[in-house]
Amino acid sequence: MRRSCCLLLGVLTGLVWCGEARSAGSDERIVSFNQDVRPILSDTCFFCHGPDEEDRQADVRLDVAGHVDLDELVARITSDDPDLLMPPPDSHKTLSPDQIETLTRWVDQGARYEKHWSFAPPADVAPPAIPGGQELSNGIDRFVVAALDKRGMTLNEAADKRTLIRRVTMDLTGLPPTREQIHAFLDDDSPQAYENLVDRLLESPHYGEHRARYWLDLVRFADTNGLHHDHYREMTPYRDWVIRAFNDNLPMDEFTIAQIAGDLFEQPSTDQLIASGFNRLHLIIDRGTALPEESFMRNVVDRVSAVGTAFLGLTLECAVCHDHKYDPITQRDFYQFYAFFNNFDGEPETGGRRGLDFKRGLQPPYLELPSEDQQQELARLNRQIAEVQSSLKQLEQAAKAGEQASKSNDDQPTRKQLDDELKRLQAARDQLIESIPATLIMKERAEIRPAHILVRGNYDQPGEAVQRDTPRFLPPMKSDRSIKTRMDLAQWLVDPDNPLTARVAVNRFWQQLFGVGIVKTSEDFGAQGEPPSHPELLDYLTNQFIESGWNVKALLRRIVLSQTYRQSSTATPQQYIADPENRWLARGSRYRYDAEVIRDQVLAVSGLLNPTLYGRSVKPPQPEGLWKIVAMPYSYPRVFEPDQGDKIYRRSVYSFWKRGLPPPQMTIFDAPTRESCSARRERTNTPLQALVLMNEQQYFTAAMTLASQLLRQSEISDQQRIEWAYESITSKIPSASAMDRMIDALKQFQSVYRDNPEAAETMISLANSQSVSDRLPNADLAAMTMLVHSLLNLDATKTRE
Amino acid sequence: MTPNQPTDHRRGFLKDCLLRHCGMGLGATALASVISQSQSTAAPASGGAGALPGDGLHFPARAKRVIFLFMAGAPSQIDLFDDKPDLHQQFGKPLPPSVSNGQRVTAMTKGKAQIVAPSMFSFAPQGQSGIQMSELLPHLSNVADDLCIIKSLNTDAINHDPAKTLFCTGSQIPGKASMGSWLSYGLGRMNENLPDFVVMNSAYWTGGTGNVQALYSRLWGSGFLPSKHQGVSFQPSGDPVLFLSNPPGVIKSSRRQMLDLVTELNEQHLDAIGDPEIKTTIAQQQMAFRMQTSVPELTDLSDEPEHVLARYGPEVHKSGSFARNCLLARRMVERGVRFVQLFHRGWDHHVGLPKKLRGQAYDVDQPSAGLIADLKQRGLLDDTLIVFGGEFGRTTFCQGKLTPTNYGRDHHPRCFSVWMAGGGIKGGMTYGQTDEFSYNVVENPVHVRDFNATILHQLGIDHKRLTFPFRGLDQRLTGVEEAHVVRQILA
Repeated sequence: MRRSCCLLLGVLTGLVWCGEARSAGSDERIVSFNQDVRPILSDTCFFCHGPDEEDRQADVRLDVAGHVDLDELVARITSDDPDLLMPPPDSHKTLSPDQIETLTRWVDQGARYEKHWSFAPPADVAPPAIPGGQELSNGIDRFVVAALDKRGMTLNEAADKRTLIRRVTMDLTGLPPTREQIHAFLDDDSPQAYENLVDRLLESPHYGEHRARYWLDLVRFADTNGLHHDHYREMTPYRDWVIRAFNDNLPMDEFTIAQIAGDLFEQPSTDQLIASGFNRLHLIIDRGTALPEESFMRNVVDRVSAVGTAFLGLTLECAVCHDHKYDPITQRDFYQFYAFFNNFDGEPETGGRRGLDFKRGLQPPYLELPSEDQQQELARLNRQIAEVQSSLKQLEQAAKAGEQASKSNDDQPTRKQLDDELKRLQAARDQLIESIPATLIMKERAEIRPAHILVRGNYDQPGEAVQRDTPRFLPPMKSDRSIKTRMDLAQWLVDPDNPLTARVAVNRFWQQLFGVGIVKTSEDFGAQGEPPSHPELLDYLTNQFIESGWNVKALLRRIVLSQTYRQSSTATPQQYIADPENRWLARGSRYRYDAEVIRDQVLAVSGLLNPTLYGRSVKPPQPEGLWKIVAMPYSYPRVFEPDQGDKIYRRSVYSFWKRGLPPPQMTIFDAPTRESCSARRERTNTPLQALVLMNEQQYFTAAMTLASQLLRQSEISDQQRIEWAYESITSKIPSASAMDRMIDALKQFQSVYRDNPEAAETMISLANSQSVSDRLPNADLAAMTMLVHSLLNLDATKTRE
Repeated sequence: MTPNQPTDHRRGFLKDCLLRHCGMGLGATALASVISQSQSTAAPASGGAGALPGDGLHFPARAKRVIFLFMAGAPSQIDLFDDKPDLHQQFGKPLPPSVSNGQRVTAMTKGKAQIVAPSMFSFAPQGQSGIQMSELLPHLSNVADDLCIIKSLNTDAINHDPAKTLFCTGSQIPGKASMGSWLSYGLGRMNENLPDFVVMNSAYWTGGTGNVQALYSRLWGSGFLPSKHQGVSFQPSGDPVLFLSNPPGVIKSSRRQMLDLVTELNEQHLDAIGDPEIKTTIAQQQMAFRMQTSVPELTDLSDEPEHVLARYGPEVHKSGSFARNCLLARRMVERGVRFVQLFHRGWDHHVGLPKKLRGQAYDVDQPSAGLIADLKQRGLLDDTLIVFGGEFGRTTFCQGKLTPTNYGRDHHPRCFSVWMAGGGIKGGMTYGQTDEFSYNVVENPVHVRDFNATILHQLGIDHKRLTFPFRGLDQRLTGVEEAHVVRQILA
């Protein structure tokens, strides 16, 4: 199905993946195994003739050299006889004429195999020389221009300064530039103006919040357990750590080690322990319905899958039941990897509904993070409780002695007083403990739990025992410990010889800045993933990244300073259609912003945004009743209770995430449910999204808030107000025709609300916004609100550019 | 979640092209042509796929629409559909171990004695076909000749959450696409003003509030498919569709003016920057505006005559009832919504089953029978498939204390009963047999995968060929294991 669509579009647009060969007009081009051949073989042939022994047909494998007579391959794929034809018709797989030609040519040219590109170390490549390209000082540009050259394309002109400051501010911090920031940048004529801007943004605390959001999708961070009752769980200190790690520019290798094995440092720091909570982010069921043995196994598989997706870009979980169909990951490899993660010292299911832990969303092992005040207060309460308890004990002993002496019992009042005091103190202590931040962490059992290959992935069918080890097709671990540890694994992940970890990370940062990675399938660098559009550029950036000490800010800085990044996104519709995702980078990328960015921007431009960093999750309002109709009677929490005050205006990265039903303002714009690891989001364009922007309460309140601010500036004209709003929201100055249209619209809105004063009244009385002044004429405020709200609904507002 | 491959992206893009060329109404024909294009370059037909029907589907579609009545929590097949008259002789006796044969149970009944609890409810033959129906289902008994009851369904999961996820998305592991989103993806829209996949959850049920299981939006989520294919959940109170109503004080004229302004500014931006995606935004804003009219029109029941309302039973007058949702489902399919899924909770009867089951049967019996009759009367039953079932069955042995009139039942994945009606399925028949304990399937087993493959088949789709590449696999609703269309029940 896919293949022929590709063909069809090739006809439609003249651009197909292998268009390079065609535009060069040469049949002599050497076919690359990795770029051209493996994707075809993998998708079409490996299912029966690939790494998995069990499903291998006729003992023929095509994934490694020397196993098959390749002339026979050509005969089979071109056969007229349905009994001989490959792939067989009942596989529902077919080869297009183009693909047959590619395979034939590959065989004619000697059928050279290559190691799968991402399993080989990054090549030591230098940026290509570009004739006349002396001004291309950034290596990135030289790779991009060389690729464009081959297709007869060129870089677009540079974006204007307004576009540029909006783009880079949104990309680095997830928030729009203020008018003051825009003007300062426009007024700065120095050659370093842009560089200085970038450096300022990289130092903004909002930079870390924005980077963290991508990471939290990747590791499926959430505030509930995601199964059965979907109870509350508390791991927000982990989120805070991620934000801080990005802001402090913690090297990515250390960032990786802390999460995989932070608990295994000899003397782990608080941060390292918090980070080890990565291993606790999986879904977990509460006790009472499932079988604990099965839950245990599922948790470990979930943990391993997360490591595969987040750090290696591999679909390890495909080898739970059998050898991987496409990549050389055997089932044994999987369970050897599993063995690093099955030694968790804690329960496989969460506990009952009683007690402080439950209320706090905690399941041992966890880490308490009291402030100094809280610590002192806790010590004080503990001391007082001990004192009261000891008084009670004395009383009891005295009473016993009294009984023996048959004296009458006259200490009842004292006892009651002490009991009450004890209860009061214990309640106070409970309350204090509830307020103390805490977070789930990883902990290893002293005695290592054995691991087995599970037959067909069944938890109750252990097969052969296995030892901890990494997949054979990747470089071996360097640790000389006889029993490897999770720390060894963490070190192995960030070893310079590991071909995947750094590449996968670099690709994801690229994706954050261009909308699509150099490898589009940023979650899958295996055979079924897409090969990189610019393989050498990816290797070049990866090598630089490792040499820089896994310096994320330096990487992002290098990319955003490139001409490639700074291009204008203006193009012809034909160019947009020819390369809709801008894979060849002949212009600036244009795509709809993520849900969180859209909401945060609305809050920021209206002045409602509460920029507080860190802390527990918050609940901005959502339509009533959503949780109730999916929750169980004892789900905790069961009913959504929105927060009050300015908490509801915090950035979206802090929003409470119930996996069973995340905030609809987010999921309608393609935010994942955080039930599984997500390396990238789809970007759809739907009527339900239009409804959110048109009608969501907070977005409308934001419009009214900005409108009232504009109207209170009595010294400026309506035109100036419109320009102000337009500039705040889009970072641009409207064209003359747009301005005329907006002035016209404002007049229409004013006339509607003068004719319908009760509608204006309703709007303003229900807006419930403290910053709306009641001294403003209702019709004017309603009209200006409609105008501002219109601007919040523009395509240019929700879209990059 | 995102598609995986360059070609895949192109598929999405192709659809957008079509969308742009055909306006909003991307009909079945347009999308089916995507399927058909892919077939035209396929290997020469060697008896496998065969020739394609004119509409480009894999098979001639017998159903255009589906109404899936999902009984979340798992109704007891022994008390509702799978009559075991001889089981009374076994009352209070232990279940022979040869029957359970090492079957895994839940943590709730693990290690406990397995005492047989026959159904206390009587069954009688109904209709021309003489299907045995429980006394709890008097209204469905009246339409027995329209029902095809499958008694041999079975599943892999023994707990609610994975079992529901398996039924609705084809996998126990969260993250896959739901059936409705597959259909939206594969078949496209049939209407211009409403979503193609709607979900309605009952706001209340009669069988007690204990033992109620959670629902998850993943059950109607799009998983790895673009989120525009996810089910749109209609709410029992407030806006039926989230964010449908204008903010307070935004009246029709100001809304129209606003959209005109936004459209013009968007068009100017399109001229300036060139990206045709802006056209999609404009079209979607217009559709959102139309939905502000079409959805209230859909949910306004004032044009339904009393005799039609009466078909669905007394609860139809209450918002959020299963009955009301059945009526709304009919109105939706009439308006071209392709897939409507109702979730009715409250079936998890571990204890006190007879009383609770009575309540649940009251909730669903008359409304679902009314839905069949109503669709039939309108000539819509022929090409509308109605499906009724839960995520698994319940044990023949008792959980909790057993008396002749009170007992409970644990989860049972090995056999359970569902029914289908309309949509090219034979009426008045049962399919599959269980043993005398309603414990094991002894004839014609139907796995959930087979069942889902059959639903797709009725819509003209070969479950093996509706695929989407994600994480290195050609994903499909029926997963990687074998699945077979249940041909014997096709009309």
